[in-house]
Amino acid sequence: MIRTPLSPARAMVLKVCAFLMPLVVWCITSYVPWIWHPAMRITEPGDSGMRVKSYLSLKDFAEFNEALVKDGSKPMAGRRSNPYWFPAPHEVLFAMYTAFTTPPLNKGDPWLHESLAHSIKIIAIGFSLAAILAIPLGLLCGTFDLFSKLNEPFVDFVRYMPAPAFSALLLGIFGFNDQAKIGLITLATFFSMVLVIANTTRTLDPALLEAAQTLGANRKRLLTRVVFPGIVANLYNDLRIMIGASWTALMIAELIGEKTGLSLFISQQAKYFNYANVYAGIILIGLIGLITDQTLQFFGRFLFPWQAKPVDVVSRTVIAAVTFVPRKVLGLVRKPRSSSSERVSDVSVA
Amino acid sequence: MSLSLELPDYREQTPEVAARFARIKQRPVVLELKSLGKQFQTTKGTTTALQNIDFAVRRRELICVIGASGCGKSTLIRIVAGLDFPTSGQVLVDGNPVSAPGPDRGMVFQGYTLFPWLTVKKNVMFGLQMKDYGNGKAESEAKLWVDMVGLTPFLDLYPHQLSGGMKQRVAIARALANQPRVLLMDEPFGALDAQTRCQMQSYLQQIWMNVDITILFITHDLDEAVYLADRIVVLGPNPGHIKEIIEVPLPQPRNAEMLVDQRFIATRKRLDDLIHPPTETATSKLPMLRMTVVGDDVL
Repeated sequence: MIRTPLSPARAMVLKVCAFLMPLVVWCITSYVPWIWHPAMRITEPGDSGMRVKSYLSLKDFAEFNEALVKDGSKPMAGRRSNPYWFPAPHEVLFAMYTAFTTPPLNKGDPWLHESLAHSIKIIAIGFSLAAILAIPLGLLCGTFDLFSKLNEPFVDFVRYMPAPAFSALLLGIFGFNDQAKIGLITLATFFSMVLVIANTTRTLDPALLEAAQTLGANRKRLLTRVVFPGIVANLYNDLRIMIGASWTALMIAELIGEKTGLSLFISQQAKYFNYANVYAGIILIGLIGLITDQTLQFFGRFLFPWQAKPVDVVSRTVIAAVTFVPRKVLGLVRKPRSSSSERVSDVSVA
Repeated sequence: MSLSLELPDYREQTPEVAARFARIKQRPVVLELKSLGKQFQTTKGTTTALQNIDFAVRRRELICVIGASGCGKSTLIRIVAGLDFPTSGQVLVDGNPVSAPGPDRGMVFQGYTLFPWLTVKKNVMFGLQMKDYGNGKAESEAKLWVDMVGLTPFLDLYPHQLSGGMKQRVAIARALANQPRVLLMDEPFGALDAQTRCQMQSYLQQIWMNVDITILFITHDLDEAVYLADRIVVLGPNPGHIKEIIEVPLPQPRNAEMLVDQRFIATRKRLDDLIHPPTETATSKLPMLRMTVVGDDVL
């Protein structure tokens, strides 16, 4: 009961419910008319001058109509609905499709897929730059106390400076273009990454380093053949988590200088009062982050076969097929063996 | 009433055993510890962990170092391996002083410390690759050593898939692949269950009989020491010093029948007396609480 896991079937049902419950609440609030619906959606403008499908609060609607009737003009007709910023689920669903197919309102503006590609380009470059700088530095800091004491106090200090504080500085250095945004993501990610990687490096069992020394490893080889392979699985995990952190920095980076990417799409649609598109954009961001994270986690289990975690047959076959070429190149392809999770003992040997 | 045994003196040796020890003394000295001392600076002052450790290990000997917990056995072997430095004295391998770890003193640890990201084969190849052997040569040599410890079917398995005894055998193969002058073993069978321990002792004996290797072995198990060793160095605590170096009066290789041999028991008793000296202090008797019913007859 306490601290015992549920059966996989039950766990899956509950996982589905976790997503289903907010959806159900959303549906009820949108489709059941007397639950909320504090606004009026105008279906016939009459002589009011308001557009069709625009919204007014109940009070304003009643007052406006009174004034129209008093004037002798035709009153507005409308139906009760939720406020303009709370679209129904089906509207958001359609919006997720139409957002990609609708051409942008202004000729020069980017399509949604172009914005998306721009976002991904910025985070890819920014994160890679931060990783290339942070991994060697983190490894050295974690292994040698000299580097650690030299670098970490300063890195720790800068880490507390929130990245948006640097935006004005970056715009000054790089101007109003992509480089400023990439710089922001690199700054936001680099300092935390160094500290996280240094700490991960310190988790390596020092007995392994001693064993390697008694086998004749010098300092350089200790670093490349013992420290790095020893922690590479945890490093992968750390990088995966840091991508999540840099995703947040991306949203901020897109808003500084000239707005680009998905944040541009979201803020533009909010300006035009297409809140269904706003929701669609936000959900899209969440989905991309989720899919990236889950995919990396999935592959991670396979990239490091020495960890004692069993992988089911379907996953293993899929991953083996997809990663065949890179593994062949790296010389990691082996003849198939029985399930990795079995322990063997050679009781037969006397 | 106490059981009494008529035990021979542990120093009595049959002519064959005496001749064997005479032959051993002809062999060259491979490892020598000269007046080794180790002192720690703590907040309370200076603690002496080891003092005046002086003994020589000759070629193809199997020496056991034994002592109660905390008498500096692990410190001693770490100093010999080069993982710690002595505050006085020297460690000489083939007459040359050594201070850093190196492949000439292979080490097998209590916790196996196999590299988890490498297969058995690659683990054993590690030392050879450190010596810049080519891949093919390293691989074929590694396969020989894995065969020597009897684990050829398990070449491509990862350490987490092996049992404790197998992991230790891989660790031994890994250390031996470097062809060290002396193999240091820090309580290698301490983490294994009793049955595996017996198997591993036989394994070690077989390896030692068939490979040109000198072994320095730390243990706290008295039976293990008497069963395996040519000579036993007995350490005492506070500070760590050599109490006695005992020559085990039994022929090599040992077999199971010797476990009940009189000389075995005599040597073991001597070790026991050295490590746990019989004292008649008040603390050796536990206070008795009246927990039985009056009239209860246990004996």
